[in-house]
Amino acid sequence: MSEIAKGILSAEFVYSVLRVTTPLLFAVMGALFSEIAGVINIALEGMMLMAAFWGVIVSAFTGSAWIGMLAGLASALLLALALAYFHLNLRTNLILAGIALNLFASGSTVFLLYLISGDKGSSASIKSYVLPRIEIPILKDIPFIGEAFSGHHILTYVAFITVFLVQYLIYRTPLGLKMRAVGENPEAAESVGISVKRVRYIALLLSGLMAGFGGVFLSMGYVSWFARDMTSGRGFIALAAQALGGKSAIGGMLGAMLFGLAEALSYTFQAIRIPSEFTNMMPFVFTLIALAVYARSLLVKHKKASIAKTKPDVESEV
Amino acid sequence: MKRFAAYEWIRTAVTIAIALALGYLVLVFTVDDPNEAFKWFLWGPISRVRRMVELINYTVPLIFTGLAVSIVFQAEIFNIGAEGQLFMGAVGATFAALYFPQIPVLHVVLVAAFAMLVGGAWAGIPAYMKAKWNASELVSSLMMNYVAFFLGLYFVNYHMRDLKAGYLVSYKFPETAWLPRLLRRYNLHAGILIAVAFVFVVWFFLYRTRYGYEIRMMGFNKNFARFSGIKVRNVVLYAQIVSGMVAGLAGAVELMGLYKRFVWQVSPGYGFDGIIVSLLARNNPLLVLPAAFLVGYLRTGAYIMSRMTGIAPEIVTTLQAVIILLITAEAFLEFLKRRKIIKEAMKTEGGENP
Repeated sequence: MSEIAKGILSAEFVYSVLRVTTPLLFAVMGALFSEIAGVINIALEGMMLMAAFWGVIVSAFTGSAWIGMLAGLASALLLALALAYFHLNLRTNLILAGIALNLFASGSTVFLLYLISGDKGSSASIKSYVLPRIEIPILKDIPFIGEAFSGHHILTYVAFITVFLVQYLIYRTPLGLKMRAVGENPEAAESVGISVKRVRYIALLLSGLMAGFGGVFLSMGYVSWFARDMTSGRGFIALAAQALGGKSAIGGMLGAMLFGLAEALSYTFQAIRIPSEFTNMMPFVFTLIALAVYARSLLVKHKKASIAKTKPDVESEV
Repeated sequence: MKRFAAYEWIRTAVTIAIALALGYLVLVFTVDDPNEAFKWFLWGPISRVRRMVELINYTVPLIFTGLAVSIVFQAEIFNIGAEGQLFMGAVGATFAALYFPQIPVLHVVLVAAFAMLVGGAWAGIPAYMKAKWNASELVSSLMMNYVAFFLGLYFVNYHMRDLKAGYLVSYKFPETAWLPRLLRRYNLHAGILIAVAFVFVVWFFLYRTRYGYEIRMMGFNKNFARFSGIKVRNVVLYAQIVSGMVAGLAGAVELMGLYKRFVWQVSPGYGFDGIIVSLLARNNPLLVLPAAFLVGYLRTGAYIMSRMTGIAPEIVTTLQAVIILLITAEAFLEFLKRRKIIKEAMKTEGGENP
């Protein structure tokens, strides 16, 4: 037991929580954009996978991590564009289109990986590049805090900064207002001259961009290679984490960190020889429990609200 | 039962043609000899009896998962956990095959029943969460897939693993838990007969029983179903459990018929293929049979092409994605339908006003 305690109370643990939270945080922001505009994005998983793959491949061919990153982001955006086009123009069911695009990402990355590297499992044989880590000047010399918060991958810092940008965008800009309006009531939004289709296009593209960053981080920072289906459910977990955080980016960040904590814990448990099957399972079990607790709390709140509504004297409060 | 209109046939045919054309195009850009590869892909499954048997065996689990998905989709429930239900069903089947009494015939039945029980229970968890707390079955069933995978592997790798086999598999099943072979020279197992029987069982369930009626009613219009006295919460629950049972059975049949032990270290993907089968069949159990055959054909063709030319068979997964997108795109080829509607409207108008 003391080994676990020692593991959790260390600076490395805090560092590792932030590290494993990063891809989830991006994905949660992606989930948030789509949720706000009322278009659930099941394809986050596929978009991340796509970005992870193209980031590695293009960085290997160009010799530049940054060009790789841009290519990764572009591939995720393309997938988002496909999702938007099929849903908004061809009226494909959003969930089924998402499932299809996840299949597409999974199949095409393995197919191309094999074609390029001759290996179906991972891109280990290709030399690809990673994005840099950043040491924060003064902070890095403070004991514990320096170890925990400095020296992270550049996208880890970007992720946490993005949260506040997203919050600002959604609640302080005209575009954010439009997105919320479209998500709350598309007919009403349409009636005041907002193009629902256009706003949803933008929301899905922003969602894809976020997923792209998450994917690029996975293969160009978290590890330095691409592996088959390496997103391993993070896009789906992000949907659950976003639900926990409600319609706020800050809430979403807390949700993502909760899952990051669960994942980091599972690595600590792995160190004390609990079968990896169990530790791998933990984030998903945790998501299920969190989902159930959250849904239940919503239900209770809803019931209370409907009881309150029937009382005439509290009507004005709402 | 609604007639499968000519329009839907055309759409399906065009979709498949587009997917195949895209597949060919990809081969042209990536392979030295695309015609050779494409030939194997298209004709491989029917080029030898052995390969035809492979095709039939591959179709069996797809029929089951296609049926399983069609049950929940008919109720407009997005439980996409067939993958995990099948996996857990297979783990349950392995347990039953290894530890249940080895009485001929009965053993097979018990293994199948136990797998159905496990699959149903597995589907019951997200179903309960939905019925009781209104938790999204979409996300929870996806999570259940991952949990099934890791939990299943734990049971097999730590408790039923055959150390002598040299690779990660369970102990071999006793012969009482094998499905009979249909041909002496080829490994064609009786699973196809069970699968075809289940096509009719599920059809009967959906179209000739009260439960099936309630499922279809709920999918048709949830509010209408509620107002006409159907307990929607119960339907949510049993539609998913029945679906899980069918998916669980798929796992049992696959192991008892084909492998005779638990062999998967990656999830076999039949559950997700079941979604495309069900979509191709427009969630109609009777059409699941040809749809599963079609998807099985594409898969088998890809595997044969892969063996003959060394192209990764995952290419077919991308084609399946294209098929799902086009089949479910309501506006795709809509002009055909519109033209037909106008034509028919003109006809009736002409008939009414002589």
